[in-house]
Amino acid sequence: MVVGKMKLTSQKRVKLVQGLGLLSWLATLGGAITFTLGCFLKTELRRRGEVMDNTDIHCVPNTLMIVGLASMGINYFAGRICQDALDAGRFPRWKTFLKPFYGCSIFFTTLMLIAVILSYIMKGSLESSLKIGLKNGIRFYKDTDTPGRCFQKQTIERLQMEFQCCGNNDYKDWFEVQWISNRYLDFSSKEVKDRIKSNVDARYLVDGVPFSCCNPRSPRPCIQYKITNNTAHYNYDHQTEELNIFIGGCREALVNYYMGLMNTIGGVVLSVFLIQSSVLASLRLLQTSMEAVAGQENLEIETEGYLLEKGVKETFMEYLDPVLKLMLLNQVTSPEATGTINADS
Amino acid sequence: MALMKVKFDLKKRVKLAQMLWLMYWISVMAGVLVFSMGLFFKIELRKRSELMDNNESHFVPNLLIGVGLLACGLNAFGGKICYDSLDSTKFAKWKTILKPFLICCLFFNVLLVLTAVMCFTMRIPLQFTLAEGLKNGMKYYKDSDTPGRCYMKRTLDLMQMEFRCCGNNNYKDWFEIQWVSNRYLDFSSKEVKDRISSNVDGKYLMDGVPFSCCNPSSPRPCIQQQITNNTAHYSYDHHTEELNIWKRGCRDALVFYYGEMMNTIGILVLLVTALEIAVMIGLQYVSTSLSTLVNPEDPESESEGWILEKTVKETFTDIMAKMKAMGKGNQVDEGAQEGGVATVS
Repeated sequence: MVVGKMKLTSQKRVKLVQGLGLLSWLATLGGAITFTLGCFLKTELRRRGEVMDNTDIHCVPNTLMIVGLASMGINYFAGRICQDALDAGRFPRWKTFLKPFYGCSIFFTTLMLIAVILSYIMKGSLESSLKIGLKNGIRFYKDTDTPGRCFQKQTIERLQMEFQCCGNNDYKDWFEVQWISNRYLDFSSKEVKDRIKSNVDARYLVDGVPFSCCNPRSPRPCIQYKITNNTAHYNYDHQTEELNIFIGGCREALVNYYMGLMNTIGGVVLSVFLIQSSVLASLRLLQTSMEAVAGQENLEIETEGYLLEKGVKETFMEYLDPVLKLMLLNQVTSPEATGTINADS
Repeated sequence: MALMKVKFDLKKRVKLAQMLWLMYWISVMAGVLVFSMGLFFKIELRKRSELMDNNESHFVPNLLIGVGLLACGLNAFGGKICYDSLDSTKFAKWKTILKPFLICCLFFNVLLVLTAVMCFTMRIPLQFTLAEGLKNGMKYYKDSDTPGRCYMKRTLDLMQMEFRCCGNNNYKDWFEIQWVSNRYLDFSSKEVKDRISSNVDGKYLMDGVPFSCCNPSSPRPCIQQQITNNTAHYSYDHHTEELNIWKRGCRDALVFYYGEMMNTIGILVLLVTALEIAVMIGLQYVSTSLSTLVNPEDPESESEGWILEKTVKETFTDIMAKMKAMGKGNQVDEGAQEGGVATVS
């Protein structure tokens, strides 16, 4: 049962070669774009790497970079084969190369699709990584004199200003952590002593947030201390005040940002995937139709081209056999070797 | 004695024409680059137009845009002439236009040099514009309820955060104006009444700055109120505290930013001028070498090319003589006309 049979006249073959040449150039460009997008995504993930707990999400840009490079190679060779296709003298040298070439191409093209699916699956992992990373960042905010943690304050401040967010889930996370270092607290003052005594772990907690939570779009100067105390400020009700500080949490802001980035990249990679698949299909059609011409005296005859000689399942088993044989062969030789050793001993 | 005479045979002429055609295409790209730099500069000026007093001059970016477009046009035309110079029949139609075109190119190069000089000197008027604009901006900071000025607070806050600066000359400018609106002051409180009565104009002044002056790199939480009062904060000396708020004034920061931009653009325009002078000299060589063929019928004959037919001094005296002759010619014509009229009447 032949798959995708098509009759091709000599004129059609020439047109196919021209179209395939252009398409393979486009696909090479697409491969380069995929590689660049992978690099860009990796750079963006590394920039905020300090608020991420693990690097599991990096498998997406890594896959994109590998696929981009492979795609450039595949399409370059497809272009070369296409150039030699109409020349009966130069085409036969590609014969032995073609089967592994198709195998590799289909593997990397499928990997492209897998990369796009991965970017959606990894959302949960990214979210939990950010949750832990931000929690630690907020906890170590005050430790600007501890080596290894002295830049946490700066990182969190810049993050909150850039992404217009406050805290992990929301701004109330700052109320549960002591973010003012003991170096700047006057322990002889009554106010400080009272606050520390009223807390179980002897921490200095305030209902205030750092200045980076302040919203520049607020019509009034920023209220960052005694936020929940309406009487401490004139004409202020913290339940109706919306613009004073950023309400949303940084975890959500970062997840949305990265998901948006990966959606855009996913769209572009899908179109590159479609172009590459059409390149491979056209190349296969061209190869099979040229093989029918080989050895004939009249090169202008009409020939048939097809995608697969047998059905999909049979072709798949045909490709899988050599790979399985390679793996099974290793297993078969070891019991044989142990068998001979036992026989000898 | 011609200036920089060079002997040409057919091969050399063809090579010159080809190289010159390529250089003309590069010049068209350079013209597009100058145009886009002018556009970019114009957009950057308009982005901050609220911080400049309203009659800031857009002369330099407009000039850059005009010069860029003119460069594209002239270079495309020159490239066409160059392309046709290889074919003697096509070249004949350009022969009369060539000399005026070269004079046009000369004036255009002078204009380019003037543009570059203006780019470097624009810093000075910009400084005055910004000083005035920032002073007004800070005055209207609190008027977030007045239509037409309600975005001044946001603009100033975002600008201070982006350019890492505070105030006009430095942060002390905020001490001299009332930046907290009366809507948020409790006039029944003793503290507010004391402050207002202690000031001549009845303004509520304090030694505090907005939150956008805070430096995220500071190891301690931002101190933005009672900055000059050492006893109000534990372990704090405002003379030695360097990292708490931004020390630099915004005028300096903005002038530096725009100055860097203009220096880069100015250097680019000078490089484009050098390129334009080179193509102008090349075209002069092409023109002269094609007009001095030893045997006009035979395109393969030898010829000579030069930059100027006589030496610089002789050319200059020739031009002066021509201009004097033109001036005298007009006078003689007028005299003859008057004489004619007088005799007739």
